[in-house]
Amino acid sequence: MSDVIIVKSLDLKGLLCPMPVVKIAKAIKEVQPGEIIEAFATDPGVMADIPAWCRTTGNELITLEKQDKQFHFVVRRTR
Amino acid sequence: MYPADSTTFPAEATMHVSSNGKPVKNKVTMVVFSGDMDKVMAALIIATGAAASGMEVVMFFTFWGLKAIQKPNQATGKGLFGRMLGVMNRGGLDAIGPSRLNMGGMGRWMFKKMMKVKGVTPLTELYEMAVDLDVKMMPCQMSMDVMEFDPKNFQDNVTEPVGVATMLEHAAESKVQFFI
Repeated sequence: MSDVIIVKSLDLKGLLCPMPVVKIAKAIKEVQPGEIIEAFATDPGVMADIPAWCRTTGNELITLEKQDKQFHFVVRRTR
Repeated sequence: MYPADSTTFPAEATMHVSSNGKPVKNKVTMVVFSGDMDKVMAALIIATGAAASGMEVVMFFTFWGLKAIQKPNQATGKGLFGRMLGVMNRGGLDAIGPSRLNMGGMGRWMFKKMMKVKGVTPLTELYEMAVDLDVKMMPCQMSMDVMEFDPKNFQDNVTEPVGVATMLEHAAESKVQFFI
């Protein structure tokens, strides 16, 4: 992960469906293709929804992991 | 199903042709018939989720669903029955109640409170989000006539009234259709 430079970090903690997906969709438009953003959420629904959103939009999911009581994920804008 | 060298992503690949001969778009068309708080909430969550996933979204509001796009505190109706309907059945996202256990507004109050505690996005915010994400909202002309609603009773983002043919045209070129 040495080439991963995160240009934007989102705090989605406390937000429930559909907000994590809506917020990540907005944020990804604010970075350039190829750039990477990360987010922290507490809604367990993101474990299924973020990969689904990435498949639908074609953005690349770099990591998605559960850390203690939160979820951390990293997405690269593909185009 | 998709060619290996395809540069398009599954949700964008057009695989079908609609009944009007045009390619099917990456689009959702929704008929919102219900004006119940819970069902309108489901409709708005699907709409915002779809728009956030890069889909074009059209919502067609008919009958009770029109209450969801009404501005708050509108005196609607012209005749006796129409005015009665306007008084007894207040519109606006804050006034509509759940499909079950409303109990004269107690259920609405309870659900709102429970949703707030859990941090669920309120209906009005979901609506603003949908507008922000360019979700198109259309009212049904015929049910507006029946219920004596005027276009000026609706939120500013709502389009001119349309009919079934307009909805079907959108539905025919959509990948996903909902009736809520």
